[in-house]
Amino acid sequence: MDYFLQQLINGVTLGSIYGLIAIGYTMVYGIIGMINFAHGDIFMVGAFIALITIVALGITAATPLLLLIAALVLVLVIAMALTAVWGWTVERIAYRPLRGSFRLAPLITAIGASIALQNFVQISQGARNKPLQPLFQGGFQLSDGAGTGFAVQLSYMQILIIVTTVVLMAGFTFLINNTSLGRAQRACEQDRKMAALLGVNVDRTISLTFVMGAALAAVAGLMFLMYYGVVDFFIGFVAGVKAFTAAVLGGIGSLPGAMLGGLLIGLIETFWSGYFSVEYKDVAAFSILAIVLIFMPEGLLGKPEVEKV
Amino acid sequence: MTQWNDNPVLTVEHLTMRFGGLTAIDDLSFNVGRGDITALIGPNGAGKTTVFNCATGFYKPTEGRLVMRRSNGEKFLLERLPDFKISAHAKVARTFQNIRLFGGMTILENLMVAQHNPLMVASNWTLGGLLGLTGYRHANRDAIDHAKYWLEKTNLLDRADLPAAELPYGDQRRLEIARAMCTGPEILCLDEPAAGLNPKESLELNELLMYIRKEHDTSVLLIEHDMSVVMEISDHVVVLDYGVKISDGTPDEVKNDPHVIAAYLGVDDDEVDEIEEEVGL
Repeated sequence: MDYFLQQLINGVTLGSIYGLIAIGYTMVYGIIGMINFAHGDIFMVGAFIALITIVALGITAATPLLLLIAALVLVLVIAMALTAVWGWTVERIAYRPLRGSFRLAPLITAIGASIALQNFVQISQGARNKPLQPLFQGGFQLSDGAGTGFAVQLSYMQILIIVTTVVLMAGFTFLINNTSLGRAQRACEQDRKMAALLGVNVDRTISLTFVMGAALAAVAGLMFLMYYGVVDFFIGFVAGVKAFTAAVLGGIGSLPGAMLGGLLIGLIETFWSGYFSVEYKDVAAFSILAIVLIFMPEGLLGKPEVEKV
Repeated sequence: MTQWNDNPVLTVEHLTMRFGGLTAIDDLSFNVGRGDITALIGPNGAGKTTVFNCATGFYKPTEGRLVMRRSNGEKFLLERLPDFKISAHAKVARTFQNIRLFGGMTILENLMVAQHNPLMVASNWTLGGLLGLTGYRHANRDAIDHAKYWLEKTNLLDRADLPAAELPYGDQRRLEIARAMCTGPEILCLDEPAAGLNPKESLELNELLMYIRKEHDTSVLLIEHDMSVVMEISDHVVVLDYGVKISDGTPDEVKNDPHVIAAYLGVDDDEVDEIEEEVGL
């Protein structure tokens, strides 16, 4: 039971990170029907920007707690802002000129943008792993393992990740459902031309979608960096594929679906590594995806695509 | 009898639209008078919807131009504007023959999307909206009031929170007009608003259009096949046939124009000559 609880905590933490990235995939797919394959690399760029900012500000575990929290909030804001600029730029350069072109064209430029970002970071930051000392240590001891011989720990870092994710997702859901920008995004999703005829600047709305996705990916990047303590230029690929899987599992185009999918992929991976084998955790995650898609082709919370007549 | 030429809100000048070898509109010029209800009629395939599509950025005209003159004196060449500015700046709104509502959104949300631009400014490009600043809250409330006003006028107020796709057909038509009006247009282009409506709904539509013209200084340009609507409410009728204007005048003038009768009823070849002689062609 203790072991199960620990895996559950770990799984939810990992799932939170996947969920944050998955939102970027699902939103872009919802609004322009395109898979933004560079999104995983935007996440990686976000992690690097966060790392550079942390080092530049001289934050270490020795910083007093209040100052540390204030500094991390600053890091978060800077990373979100700068990564958003990257997201905007990728959309502007690689996707917007091809809008109205055939469907596969932006898919190819997305892969191109992904490779370009990876190589840019590899060349400018070096190919070696970049470590970061843990900033928060310790946590709550939920059980001392006296009976079972297994101590359950909920670290401060995990609390931070889960709480930040929940807050961001709540804010984000509010934005989509209640603000004018969110309404415009949903309108563009359904009928872009009609939205334009009502005065919605469709190009700007799409850009803002990319900006929002990139900002959330930057948050995920910072979380990943602090949780694992190491980044390199290639982390975007695996995390991107996992988050994409999460988006598809939850039903691509659906926001709650992306969050649910992220959580599920995180849990499946963690439990599989905890109870069976670490080597096959990805196989488990992707098998579940395959099985779900066979029985529910539109994903868990996706809406079935209605053929327009 | 040409009051629409004195102060037109929209001027179509030498509009020509070719699709490959097909000339859909050929050198069409007419004026839409400010505050008038102008009807654009003609047999199927005459090019009426093509005129709308040129005016709202769907097509780039092969030749000619469409000049929109706003009441504040600003002038816009519609064929050169990017599509979102046609509504936002030139204040042209339109509805479609096949209804294009945002089916997955509620009725109220459909009308709120139409007020996106003022709300976006009021919410400091969303930041203020997220933080719940008072400026945005006020603007949001005003927008909801504005939407409710139009829902009341179109008898949809009690169903404001229903998804738009669940409305019956006639109500969807009215909702589309309400949504177009929420953008605060100076000219409202309606593509067959009475199509598929029963006589009662058709009558309500007439009243709604008269109301819009009277209370909101909005000029109306409509495409319509239902002659009871056209003759009843319009001040000015333009008749197209095969992309060419064949008649232009008040409903009574047009009704008695032999060209129009020929186009609508069809005539034998020798009769064409007779009629052409009669009208001096």
